[in-house]
Amino acid sequence: MFHALVAVKQVPDTTNIRIDPETGNLVREGVPAIMNPYDAHALAEAIRWKRQLGGKVTVVSMGPPNFVVTIREAIEMGADRGVLVSDRKFAGADTLATSYVLAETIQAIHEEDPIDVVFFGKQAIDGDTAQVGPGVAVRMGLPIVTYVVKIRELDLERRRIVAERKTERWTEVIELPLPALLTCEKEIAEIPFAPLPDLIRSLRYDPEMWTMSGPLEFDKGQVGVRGSPTIVFKMGTPPLPEAGEKIDAREVGVAEAVKQTFAKADAAGILDTVLGGAR
Amino acid sequence: MTTRRFWAFIEQEEGHAHPVSWELLGVIRRLASQVREEAEAAGDEVVVEGVLLGHNVGHIAQEALCYGADRVYLLDDPVFTHYRNRPYYKTLEEVAQKHEPEVFLIGATTLGRDLAGAVATALRTGLTADCTQLEMGEVKGSPQKLLLATRPAFGGNIMATILCRQNRPQMSSVRPRVFPMPERNPHPQGEIVREAVSVTEEDALSRILEFVRPEGESVNIEYADVIVAGGRGLGTAEGFGLLQQLADALGGVVGASRPCIDAGWIGNAHQVGQSGQTVRPKLYIVAGVSGALQHKVGMQNSDFIVAINTDPDAPIFDVADVGIVGDLYEVIPAMLEQLAARRKARGSGGGHQEVSA
Repeated sequence: MFHALVAVKQVPDTTNIRIDPETGNLVREGVPAIMNPYDAHALAEAIRWKRQLGGKVTVVSMGPPNFVVTIREAIEMGADRGVLVSDRKFAGADTLATSYVLAETIQAIHEEDPIDVVFFGKQAIDGDTAQVGPGVAVRMGLPIVTYVVKIRELDLERRRIVAERKTERWTEVIELPLPALLTCEKEIAEIPFAPLPDLIRSLRYDPEMWTMSGPLEFDKGQVGVRGSPTIVFKMGTPPLPEAGEKIDAREVGVAEAVKQTFAKADAAGILDTVLGGAR
Repeated sequence: MTTRRFWAFIEQEEGHAHPVSWELLGVIRRLASQVREEAEAAGDEVVVEGVLLGHNVGHIAQEALCYGADRVYLLDDPVFTHYRNRPYYKTLEEVAQKHEPEVFLIGATTLGRDLAGAVATALRTGLTADCTQLEMGEVKGSPQKLLLATRPAFGGNIMATILCRQNRPQMSSVRPRVFPMPERNPHPQGEIVREAVSVTEEDALSRILEFVRPEGESVNIEYADVIVAGGRGLGTAEGFGLLQQLADALGGVVGASRPCIDAGWIGNAHQVGQSGQTVRPKLYIVAGVSGALQHKVGMQNSDFIVAINTDPDAPIFDVADVGIVGDLYEVIPAMLEQLAARRKARGSGGGHQEVSA
């Protein structure tokens, strides 16, 4: 039987984030919270293999209690078990403290019910760090492949997985022993429509809540702000660059606007260099 | 006297250095110079060092000296023939524990991002991803200057400056093209130190079965000199055909903003911005992009930016050297016409030798 574990995170839909022009603060109101899209695709792949091989999918998330919504969404997609690791003491965790909590949690689940593959999204769209997956792999001593676009083979008997990983240069085909950790690109799987029974089950599903008081014993010094070597020193809006000249083609005409633009580029010595290079 | 070591990871594949390695050496030299005064006052020494892993890559170590390293630690072994996470991170963990660098920068390439998170976790230290500004600065309560690592957060809407007070090294990853290429010194002074390699093939826990090279044209927008980029304002995927014509006329490549990728109009290799590539071309022509910060952070370091948009208040005009308020479907054909006229005037008749990637 196949056992996949998928780590999921709830994120604000960053495509909708705006800055209040008066205060320079982040406007969070009305910004929808979604399951990190890369995690959703990784989960879809885990579920696809579960349906093929038989077995189960466990999802784990670290975050505030409202992350329950994201776990339910995972159940709706076809996950079997959800664990939400949540405690006020985890707040303010950087990637090192986050990888500690997730690795401890996943390790505990693994010891009671051995995991074959741990799935992560390649990164979360709110932080874009791509650091937590590799961090968990290091802490658990698991072999890792990042930026996975396809699982070619998953052989539970011979205990091996063959994955394709896309880099700037090529696609690497890598073989790893199981258990292994994968961080996934969106191409890995399409998100399926939820079957009705899963949909109904998800409505009533209450994930297991793991906290500082149990069932696991977390080291206080390694979680939250205390366990985070990095701190935010300051925040600000990006500096505004000096705007250049604007030419209105509706006033001067398109041909003239282009002519003036090219003259500016010539004056900056740009166009000659570029055209010289093109020939 | 202690030695304060400033490290850059020298990335290579198949015996070719990634240019981001030299960009990192340029940055790390500047950071080292920012603590020199403080170090001299304390009787400390400051050195700029590169770390290089690979097989038969002595020539790259030499090149790293040319780009500003005082010393290069070379770990040359067949186990490093191709990049793999475990042998690389375990080795870097070991050499970092041995030499105790104060600052350690890694390029935020696919390879570097795979590696950096693993190394930082193994060393139990802080890592700030995709920094766009790096300074050594004074921080209250710290006897020495600390690395102030600034990065875009929340899709580029906020700049956050991160620091790592206690743990060492202070690590950051830096995207290619965010910092300029330093001058190359053909007669460098530095030294190459060969370090013993303890990691073995058995430790790797992975085997690369094959490499599939991309078929047909592959696009490399990161190091392109000219980029013609489009956004949602193109209206359709077909709009990229027109951009491609202009890119061809200028010997450039086509870029795109995130909505075009999300809409499936063009592949994500073309994406410029916070969740795509950072670029630094000589000429960046951008049409139909309103100018979300997400996009701007990826292209604002271009030498010369021309923006085309129908909305005179589009934020993209704030970063442009020249902005044309107008319809891209009229402006770009006019550009093509005037470029063709220039070619003719130069008498370069058969100017059809486009540069292929």
